[in-house]
Amino acid sequence: MNLSFSEEDLKFQSEVRSFIKENYPSEIKEKMDNGVPVSKDDIVTWQKILSKKGWFAINWPEEHGGSGWSVTQKFIFQNELAEANTPNIVPFGVSMCGPVIYTFGTEEQKKRFLPDIRDNNVWWCQGYSEPGSGSDLASLKTKAEKKGDKYIVNGTKTWTTMAQHADWIFCLVRTDSSGIKQQGISFLLIDMKSPGVEVKPIITIDGSHEVNMVYLDNVEVPSENLIGEEGAGWSIAKFLLAHERTGIGGIPHLKREIRRLRQITEELPLNEGFLKDDQLFMDKLNKVEIDLLSAEFTELRTLASISAGGHPGPESSILKIGGTDLQQSLSDLYVEALGYYAHPFMSEEDLKSNEKRIGPDFAANVMPHYLNYRKVSIYGGSNEVQRNVIAKAVLGL
Amino acid sequence: MDFLISDEQKQLQDLIHQFIQKDYPFDVREKLVKTEEGFSKDFWKTFSQFGLLAMPFSEEDGGFNGGPVDIMIILEAFGTGLIVEPYIPNIVLSGNLVSKLGSKDQKDAILPNLLNGDMQLAFAFSEPQSRFDLNDVTTSAEKDGDGYKLNGYKCVVMNGPAADKLIVSARTAGSQLDENGISLFIVDRETKGVSLRDYSNVDGSKASELTLEDVVLTNDALLGKQDKAFSTIEEVVNLATLAISAEAIGIMQKMNELTLEYTKTREQFGQALSQFQALQHRMVDTFMVHEQTKSLLLMAAAKMNDKSEDAVKSISALKYQVGNAAKLIGEEAIQLHGGMGVTEEMSIGHYFKRLTTIRTIFGNADYHLKKYSSL
Repeated sequence: MNLSFSEEDLKFQSEVRSFIKENYPSEIKEKMDNGVPVSKDDIVTWQKILSKKGWFAINWPEEHGGSGWSVTQKFIFQNELAEANTPNIVPFGVSMCGPVIYTFGTEEQKKRFLPDIRDNNVWWCQGYSEPGSGSDLASLKTKAEKKGDKYIVNGTKTWTTMAQHADWIFCLVRTDSSGIKQQGISFLLIDMKSPGVEVKPIITIDGSHEVNMVYLDNVEVPSENLIGEEGAGWSIAKFLLAHERTGIGGIPHLKREIRRLRQITEELPLNEGFLKDDQLFMDKLNKVEIDLLSAEFTELRTLASISAGGHPGPESSILKIGGTDLQQSLSDLYVEALGYYAHPFMSEEDLKSNEKRIGPDFAANVMPHYLNYRKVSIYGGSNEVQRNVIAKAVLGL
Repeated sequence: MDFLISDEQKQLQDLIHQFIQKDYPFDVREKLVKTEEGFSKDFWKTFSQFGLLAMPFSEEDGGFNGGPVDIMIILEAFGTGLIVEPYIPNIVLSGNLVSKLGSKDQKDAILPNLLNGDMQLAFAFSEPQSRFDLNDVTTSAEKDGDGYKLNGYKCVVMNGPAADKLIVSARTAGSQLDENGISLFIVDRETKGVSLRDYSNVDGSKASELTLEDVVLTNDALLGKQDKAFSTIEEVVNLATLAISAEAIGIMQKMNELTLEYTKTREQFGQALSQFQALQHRMVDTFMVHEQTKSLLLMAAAKMNDKSEDAVKSISALKYQVGNAAKLIGEEAIQLHGGMGVTEEMSIGHYFKRLTTIRTIFGNADYHLKKYSSL
């Protein structure tokens, strides 16, 4: 057992660090550092920079452009990205649809879709949830009827993150209603420009437009866009969810956030001193920091065992619960740290303007972040569903 | 960076698990703890033959040069079998003190006997007012002609009843809380002025209250340099904290397994308890807490192995988390066993008692959270 970095690892770390330093566009960095929302263009620009270097689809098999990195190198890379406060990688193409295509797709499909995901030419979104199926995903009703060499798709998808930016959507659709609900589900790729696709925003309690309704009305989809066999969609869905959950905990970002909060406690005034003099608050901060250490090393253990034995399984549910609990605890501590200054609401326009902010510089995003992060224990399979998964798959119940 | 243990370490782990399975079932342990000695000298000899007693010592001292990871592996395995033989007081605490500070004569007199299982030791460091603060020492050692005279009181000395010799921390200079001015003395239990009141703890282990009244010692009883023992005491207790955390994590794993098994067999309202979602989610939570705490154990062991600068801080993070996890997992296991959980008859209650005393030993969760904050 050895948890320290080798010479080579340290060399790799400094290579990553200097690459980011030299290539991370300053205008994007400035927005990130000041809590100004980044645009689609910003995200694509940054992701393309990584693509060009060959550092985007790092978890893919090398034949499709993956990095071939060790668990340690991936760990270092993610930490450096978070440390430099770069925009989160949008996972729908690279971490979800990509692995499905290289695992279940035909050679033809791999050639057609993978390069554009790897090179960031196409933005993907995820068509899983429906108004009537949240945690009970398999009850989905969006129907795809085979007509000749096409599917005719009808139904509604919801909670579709960043669908407003997307070129393509990967969907779970029902191709057969005769058997039990897990059967008869298929995995279909749909061009968002197809006639009959309509996107409507859902505004969340933090005031942001992140998620959408996607209406599919008699959308014609060529049958070569089906991934895997007709009816194999549920196993593909579970495979994808395990991938989704593994990265969902966001540990590297949390490490940065907690260090920042500790720094904030030394700057925020309290009585004649600073917030750091409030031992009750500091205890809570220290507890979260220790929980974060547990979560980080649990993730590392899991990744190490995945790299020895293949795809992530139910362990990813443990990481999802642990990571999202921490995301919520930390977002709550930020709110507590601010006191009254957590309350003023700043619109996106306010944030972009040059007018002096109300309260401390970092205050504007704190409450929205807390409100927005209520989602993390709900999405990707609610944390209750994750417990069902662990009970069944790990405890054998 | 990897989490794999070596083949040798795996063999060591297997050896202990096989021993538990074959020779140390729960009823054997129960008979042992009810004897006057409270553990088996024969099993202690077996551990010597296994090489466990020599593990942490250098080759010069007759040992195998084992590190924190080896200690972790031994104690985690011990935890699953609820092994009561006093490994931590003898080997991790006392043996290490002698090995780190002893003169050649002191080592020759003690280590061979300790390692072959013929001598028992105890480390008397806690006082009624000191709680977990190792620097809080009121027991005094005054210069007395050619030696020292000790007076004072030590409480809940682990393995006191069996100990042939005690290592006692005493103040030779400074005031009550000073780190400087603390010295260690090797004291034969038969020495005039030494009195031990021996008793059992709730977890089946044995301990003593130690009174020192004008105990006259010669200079060769001093272990290490006068006034300068504190940093070594701290170092050895840190290792013991890792060790007892590993034991706790072995116990937690076993308690989770026993609870899962029990809920699968016990039926209420026409179905197994394990079918109730309310209970399933609680077992998932205790499963996760065990895994997460084990991650901290591995982290802390590796950092100690590497002598990393935040090793001590990571030990406090670990023991804090062990304190919380032990409370949650212990209490949940009893609750899910229902009435059977509070009977002497089932092993679960005995695991619970040991896990509960471990919450306190070498510092409880609050103590280590404070220490973590201060580092």
